[in-house]
Amino acid sequence: MSRSHRDEGPDRLYVITSGRSGGGADEALDSVTLIVAESAPSPGMQSEHAAILELCASPVAVVEVAAHLRLPVAVVRILLTDLIDTGRVTARHPASAPTWAHPLASPDVLEKVLVALHKL
Amino acid sequence: MRSTSSEPADVDGVGPPSSPLPDTASQALKLVVVGGFGVGKTTMVRSVSEIRPLDTEETMTRAGAGVDDLQGVESKHTTTVAFDFGRITLDATSVLYLFGAPGQERFWFLWERMFVGALGAVVLIDTRRLEDSWYAIDRLEAQGTPFVVAHNDFGATAHSLEEVRSALDLDPTVPLLRCDARDRDSAKQVLISLVHHVRSLVEKGAG
Repeated sequence: MSRSHRDEGPDRLYVITSGRSGGGADEALDSVTLIVAESAPSPGMQSEHAAILELCASPVAVVEVAAHLRLPVAVVRILLTDLIDTGRVTARHPASAPTWAHPLASPDVLEKVLVALHKL
Repeated sequence: MRSTSSEPADVDGVGPPSSPLPDTASQALKLVVVGGFGVGKTTMVRSVSEIRPLDTEETMTRAGAGVDDLQGVESKHTTTVAFDFGRITLDATSVLYLFGAPGQERFWFLWERMFVGALGAVVLIDTRRLEDSWYAIDRLEAQGTPFVVAHNDFGATAHSLEEVRSALDLDPTVPLLRCDARDRDSAKQVLISLVHHVRSLVEKGAG
Protein backbone atom coordinates (compact mmCIF):
# COMPACT_ATOMS: atom_id res chain seq x y z
CA MET A 1 0.00 0.00 0.00
CA SER A 2 2.98 2.30 -0.12
CA ARG A 3 2.46 3.07 -3.77
CA SER A 4 0.76 6.29 -4.57
CA HIS A 5 -2.17 6.13 -6.93
CA ARG A 6 -0.60 9.13 -8.61
CA ASP A 7 1.94 6.78 -10.14
CA GLU A 8 -0.69 4.50 -11.56
CA GLY A 9 -3.23 4.58 -14.29
CA PRO A 10 -6.93 4.56 -13.60
CA ASP A 11 -7.03 0.80 -14.23
CA ARG A 12 -5.87 -0.07 -10.75
CA LEU A 13 -8.40 2.22 -9.13
CA TYR A 14 -11.04 0.58 -11.27
CA VAL A 15 -9.97 -2.84 -9.97
CA ILE A 16 -9.86 -1.70 -6.34
CA THR A 17 -13.46 -0.60 -6.52
CA SER A 18 -14.59 -3.49 -8.73
CA GLY A 19 -15.47 -1.02 -11.43
CA ARG A 20 -17.71 1.17 -9.33
CA SER A 21 -17.43 4.92 -9.55
CA GLY A 22 -19.60 6.02 -6.68
CA GLY A 23 -22.99 7.63 -6.63
CA GLY A 24 -24.60 5.15 -4.25
CA ALA A 25 -24.68 4.78 -0.50
CA ASP A 26 -21.15 6.18 -0.22
CA GLU A 27 -22.56 9.64 -0.91
CA ALA A 28 -23.69 9.66 2.70
CA LEU A 29 -20.14 9.53 4.01
CA ASP A 30 -19.01 12.99 4.95
CA SER A 31 -15.33 13.83 4.54
CA VAL A 32 -14.96 13.87 8.33
CA THR A 33 -17.19 10.96 9.24
CA LEU A 34 -15.18 8.94 11.77
CA ILE A 35 -14.60 5.31 10.89
CA VAL A 36 -13.97 2.65 13.53
CA ALA A 37 -13.00 -0.97 12.83
CA GLU A 38 -15.24 -3.59 14.41
CA SER A 39 -13.06 -6.56 13.53
CA ALA A 40 -9.51 -7.48 12.61
CA PRO A 41 -8.55 -8.14 8.99
CA SER A 42 -9.20 -11.70 7.87
CA PRO A 43 -7.09 -13.85 5.56
CA GLY A 44 -7.87 -13.42 1.89
CA MET A 45 -9.45 -10.04 2.38
CA GLN A 46 -8.83 -7.39 -0.28
CA SER A 47 -5.64 -5.64 0.80
CA GLU A 48 -7.21 -2.18 0.84
CA HIS A 49 -9.99 -3.42 3.12
CA ALA A 50 -7.43 -5.02 5.44
CA ALA A 51 -5.39 -1.79 5.51
CA ILE A 52 -8.49 0.19 6.52
CA LEU A 53 -9.27 -2.21 9.36
CA GLU A 54 -5.72 -1.90 10.69
CA LEU A 55 -5.75 1.87 10.36
CA CYS A 56 -9.12 2.31 12.06
CA ALA A 57 -8.36 0.52 15.33
CA SER A 58 -9.22 3.92 16.82
CA PRO A 59 -11.51 6.42 15.08
CA VAL A 60 -10.15 7.89 11.83
CA ALA A 61 -11.87 10.42 9.56
CA VAL A 62 -12.67 9.47 5.96
CA VAL A 63 -10.14 11.99 4.59
CA GLU A 64 -7.49 10.65 6.91
CA VAL A 65 -8.11 7.12 5.67
CA ALA A 66 -7.70 8.41 2.12
CA ALA A 67 -4.45 10.19 2.95
CA HIS A 68 -2.94 7.16 4.68
CA LEU A 69 -3.95 4.77 1.91
CA ARG A 70 -2.90 7.27 -0.76
CA LEU A 71 -6.13 6.81 -2.59
CA PRO A 72 -8.62 9.46 -3.75
CA VAL A 73 -11.40 10.18 -1.29
CA ALA A 74 -14.01 9.00 -3.79
CA VAL A 75 -12.38 5.56 -3.98
CA VAL A 76 -12.09 5.34 -0.20
CA ARG A 77 -15.78 6.15 0.19
CA ILE A 78 -16.61 3.11 -1.93
CA LEU A 79 -14.26 0.84 0.02
CA LEU A 80 -15.68 2.09 3.30
CA THR A 81 -19.21 1.50 2.15
CA ASP A 82 -18.28 -2.14 1.47
CA LEU A 83 -16.99 -2.46 5.02
CA ILE A 84 -19.98 -0.70 6.55
CA ASP A 85 -22.35 -2.95 4.60
CA THR A 86 -20.63 -6.04 5.96
CA GLY A 87 -20.40 -4.72 9.53
CA ARG A 88 -16.61 -4.62 9.51
CA VAL A 89 -16.52 -0.94 10.41
CA THR A 90 -18.97 1.53 11.86
CA ALA A 91 -19.33 5.18 10.90
CA ARG A 92 -19.77 7.99 13.41
CA HIS A 93 -21.41 10.74 11.41
CA PRO A 94 -21.01 14.41 12.31
CA ALA A 95 -24.13 14.87 14.42
CA SER A 96 -24.85 18.54 14.71
CA ALA A 97 -22.90 19.80 11.76
CA PRO A 98 -24.20 22.90 10.05
CA THR A 99 -25.47 22.55 6.50
CA TRP A 100 -25.61 24.99 3.61
CA ALA A 101 -29.25 25.57 4.45
CA HIS A 102 -28.48 26.16 8.14
CA PRO A 103 -24.88 27.24 8.04
CA LEU A 104 -24.36 28.20 11.66
CA ALA A 105 -23.09 25.82 14.29
CA SER A 106 -24.72 25.49 17.70
CA PRO A 107 -23.49 27.72 20.56
CA ASP A 108 -22.37 24.65 22.53
CA VAL A 109 -20.16 23.47 19.71
CA LEU A 110 -18.68 26.93 19.22
CA GLU A 111 -17.90 27.25 22.91
CA LYS A 112 -16.13 23.91 22.87
CA VAL A 113 -14.03 24.97 19.87
CA LEU A 114 -13.12 28.29 21.50
CA VAL A 115 -12.02 26.66 24.72
CA ALA A 116 -9.81 24.22 22.83
CA LEU A 117 -8.29 26.92 20.62
CA HIS A 118 -7.41 29.07 23.61
CA LYS A 119 -5.62 26.10 25.13
CA LEU A 120 -3.47 25.51 22.05
CA MET B 1 5.34 24.77 21.61
CA ARG B 2 3.91 22.43 19.11
CA SER B 3 2.37 19.12 19.95
CA THR B 4 2.94 18.06 16.37
CA SER B 5 4.33 14.58 16.05
CA SER B 6 7.69 14.51 14.37
CA GLU B 7 7.40 11.00 13.00
CA PRO B 8 6.41 10.47 9.39
CA ALA B 9 2.68 10.04 9.54
CA ASP B 10 1.83 8.79 6.11
CA VAL B 11 4.77 6.96 4.67
CA ASP B 12 3.74 3.36 4.81
CA GLY B 13 0.03 3.90 4.65
CA VAL B 14 -0.94 1.09 7.00
CA GLY B 15 -1.21 0.73 10.71
CA PRO B 16 -2.63 3.27 13.09
CA PRO B 17 -1.98 6.98 12.62
CA SER B 18 0.91 8.43 14.58
CA SER B 19 -1.39 10.45 16.80
CA PRO B 20 -4.63 8.49 17.13
CA LEU B 21 -7.89 10.05 18.24
CA PRO B 22 -9.40 8.90 21.52
CA ASP B 23 -11.67 5.86 21.19
CA THR B 24 -14.50 8.03 22.44
CA ALA B 25 -14.20 10.50 19.54
CA SER B 26 -17.62 10.66 17.96
CA GLN B 27 -18.03 14.07 16.46
CA ALA B 28 -15.79 15.67 13.86
CA LEU B 29 -16.07 19.32 12.91
CA LYS B 30 -14.37 21.17 10.12
CA LEU B 31 -12.97 24.55 9.23
CA VAL B 32 -11.67 25.53 5.83
CA VAL B 33 -8.69 27.72 5.01
CA VAL B 34 -9.09 28.89 1.45
CA GLY B 35 -6.80 30.94 -0.71
CA GLY B 36 -4.77 31.18 -3.87
CA PHE B 37 -1.66 29.19 -4.68
CA GLY B 38 1.27 29.85 -2.37
CA VAL B 39 -0.60 32.14 0.00
CA GLY B 40 0.22 30.01 3.06
CA LYS B 41 -2.79 27.72 3.56
CA THR B 42 -0.71 24.66 4.39
CA THR B 43 1.55 26.76 6.58
CA MET B 44 -1.41 27.97 8.61
CA VAL B 45 -2.80 24.45 8.97
CA ARG B 46 0.61 23.17 10.04
CA SER B 47 0.99 25.95 12.61
CA VAL B 48 -1.99 24.78 14.63
CA SER B 49 -2.39 21.09 13.75
CA GLU B 50 -1.51 18.31 16.17
CA ILE B 51 -0.47 16.11 13.24
CA ARG B 52 1.78 16.89 10.36
CA PRO B 53 -0.60 17.98 7.60
CA LEU B 54 -1.75 15.12 5.40
CA ASP B 55 -2.77 15.48 1.81
CA THR B 56 -5.22 13.68 -0.38
CA GLU B 57 -7.33 14.21 -3.46
CA GLU B 58 -10.95 14.39 -4.31
CA THR B 59 -12.14 13.69 -7.81
CA MET B 60 -15.48 14.22 -9.34
CA THR B 61 -16.94 13.38 -12.68
CA ARG B 62 -19.78 15.48 -13.95
CA ALA B 63 -21.60 15.99 -17.16
CA GLY B 64 -19.95 18.62 -19.29
CA ALA B 65 -21.49 21.98 -19.99
CA GLY B 66 -23.79 22.25 -22.98
CA VAL B 67 -21.17 23.85 -25.15
CA ASP B 68 -19.14 20.66 -25.03
CA ASP B 69 -21.96 18.46 -26.20
CA LEU B 70 -21.85 17.27 -29.78
CA GLN B 71 -25.14 16.05 -31.16
CA GLY B 72 -26.41 14.88 -27.83
CA VAL B 73 -23.35 12.86 -26.94
CA GLU B 74 -22.86 13.30 -23.25
CA SER B 75 -19.43 14.56 -22.39
CA LYS B 76 -17.94 14.15 -18.97
CA HIS B 77 -15.12 15.90 -17.21
CA THR B 78 -13.19 14.55 -14.30
CA THR B 79 -11.67 17.19 -12.11
CA THR B 80 -9.19 16.41 -9.39
CA VAL B 81 -8.32 18.72 -6.58
CA ALA B 82 -5.58 18.15 -4.04
CA PHE B 83 -6.00 19.50 -0.57
CA ASP B 84 -4.32 19.09 2.76
CA PHE B 85 -5.60 19.01 6.25
CA GLY B 86 -4.63 18.86 9.88
CA ARG B 87 -6.57 18.36 13.07
CA ILE B 88 -7.02 19.57 16.61
CA THR B 89 -8.53 17.24 19.19
CA LEU B 90 -11.01 19.35 21.14
CA ASP B 91 -11.96 16.95 23.92
CA ALA B 92 -12.76 13.29 24.48
CA THR B 93 -15.59 13.33 21.96
CA SER B 94 -14.81 16.05 19.45
CA VAL B 95 -12.15 16.74 16.89
CA LEU B 96 -11.74 19.71 14.57
CA TYR B 97 -10.38 19.16 11.07
CA LEU B 98 -8.73 22.07 9.28
CA PHE B 99 -8.70 21.90 5.50
CA GLY B 100 -6.48 23.96 3.27
CA ALA B 101 -8.02 24.27 -0.16
CA PRO B 102 -7.44 26.20 -3.37
CA GLY B 103 -10.08 28.83 -3.95
CA GLN B 104 -10.24 29.03 -7.70
CA GLU B 105 -13.59 28.82 -9.39
CA ARG B 106 -12.87 25.52 -11.13
CA PHE B 107 -12.49 23.73 -7.82
CA TRP B 108 -15.57 24.99 -6.11
CA PHE B 109 -17.99 22.24 -6.98
CA LEU B 110 -15.65 19.81 -5.27
CA TRP B 111 -15.72 21.88 -2.15
CA GLU B 112 -19.44 21.75 -1.98
CA ARG B 113 -19.06 18.09 -1.33
CA MET B 114 -15.92 18.12 0.76
CA PHE B 115 -16.65 21.07 2.95
CA VAL B 116 -20.39 21.05 3.42
CA GLY B 117 -21.02 21.45 7.11
CA ALA B 118 -17.90 23.50 7.83
CA LEU B 119 -18.25 25.76 10.86
CA GLY B 120 -16.75 28.53 8.81
CA ALA B 121 -13.86 29.55 6.61
CA VAL B 122 -10.71 31.60 6.72
CA VAL B 123 -9.96 33.37 3.44
CA LEU B 124 -6.21 33.77 3.43
CA ILE B 125 -5.02 36.59 1.20
CA ASP B 126 -1.80 37.91 -0.21
CA THR B 127 -2.01 41.54 -1.33
CA ARG B 128 0.09 40.75 -4.38
CA ARG B 129 -2.67 38.53 -5.70
CA LEU B 130 -5.89 39.78 -4.22
CA GLU B 131 -7.85 38.65 -7.26
CA ASP B 132 -7.26 35.03 -6.21
CA SER B 133 -9.64 35.53 -3.31
CA TRP B 134 -12.50 37.33 -5.02
CA TYR B 135 -14.29 34.22 -6.16
CA ALA B 136 -14.00 32.49 -2.78
CA ILE B 137 -15.40 35.53 -0.99
CA ASP B 138 -18.31 35.75 -3.42
CA ARG B 139 -19.19 32.10 -2.97
CA LEU B 140 -18.93 32.12 0.80
CA GLU B 141 -21.19 35.16 0.93
CA ALA B 142 -23.69 33.54 -1.43
CA GLN B 143 -23.75 30.32 0.62
CA GLY B 144 -24.05 32.12 3.92
CA THR B 145 -20.95 30.37 5.25
CA PRO B 146 -19.37 32.54 7.95
CA PHE B 147 -15.82 33.64 7.17
CA VAL B 148 -13.05 35.98 8.17
CA VAL B 149 -10.34 37.35 5.92
CA ALA B 150 -6.75 37.05 7.08
CA HIS B 151 -3.97 38.97 5.39
CA ASN B 152 -0.87 36.80 5.57
CA ASP B 153 1.82 39.45 5.55
CA PHE B 154 4.66 37.36 7.01
CA GLY B 155 5.21 40.07 9.55
CA ALA B 156 5.80 42.82 6.99
CA THR B 157 3.15 45.48 6.63
CA ALA B 158 2.79 47.12 3.25
CA HIS B 159 -0.91 47.96 3.13
CA SER B 160 -3.33 49.20 5.75
CA LEU B 161 -6.28 46.95 6.52
CA GLU B 162 -8.55 49.75 5.32
CA GLU B 163 -6.84 49.65 1.94
CA VAL B 164 -7.19 45.88 1.79
CA ARG B 165 -10.86 45.99 2.78
CA SER B 166 -11.54 48.57 0.14
CA ALA B 167 -9.65 46.64 -2.54
CA LEU B 168 -11.64 43.51 -1.70
CA ASP B 169 -14.90 45.44 -1.50
CA LEU B 170 -15.41 43.52 1.71
CA ASP B 171 -18.60 43.83 3.71
CA PRO B 172 -17.90 45.91 6.85
CA THR B 173 -19.29 43.15 9.06
CA VAL B 174 -16.71 40.60 7.89
CA PRO B 175 -13.68 40.57 10.19
CA LEU B 176 -10.37 41.37 8.49
CA LEU B 177 -7.13 40.82 10.30
CA ARG B 178 -3.44 40.54 9.75
CA CYS B 179 -1.56 37.35 10.46
CA ASP B 180 1.68 35.51 10.06
CA ALA B 181 0.61 32.01 9.07
CA ARG B 182 3.96 30.58 10.19
CA ASP B 183 3.33 31.65 13.74
CA ARG B 184 1.24 29.35 15.91
CA ASP B 185 -0.20 32.13 18.07
CA SER B 186 -1.01 34.27 15.06
CA ALA B 187 -2.72 31.40 13.24
CA LYS B 188 -4.57 30.53 16.42
CA GLN B 189 -5.83 34.11 16.75
CA VAL B 190 -7.25 33.92 13.23
CA LEU B 191 -9.20 30.78 14.10
CA ILE B 192 -10.41 32.31 17.35
CA SER B 193 -11.61 35.41 15.52
CA LEU B 194 -13.50 33.16 13.11
CA VAL B 195 -15.26 31.31 15.92
CA HIS B 196 -16.09 34.61 17.64
CA HIS B 197 -17.54 35.86 14.38
CA VAL B 198 -19.67 32.73 13.94
CA ARG B 199 -20.88 33.09 17.52
CA SER B 200 -21.87 36.71 16.97
CA LEU B 201 -23.87 35.65 13.91
CA VAL B 202 -25.57 32.93 15.97
CA GLU B 203 -26.43 35.47 18.66
CA LYS B 204 -27.90 37.79 16.06
CA GLY B 205 -30.02 34.92 14.85
CA ALA B 206 -28.64 35.24 11.37
CA GLY B 207 -28.90 31.50 10.81
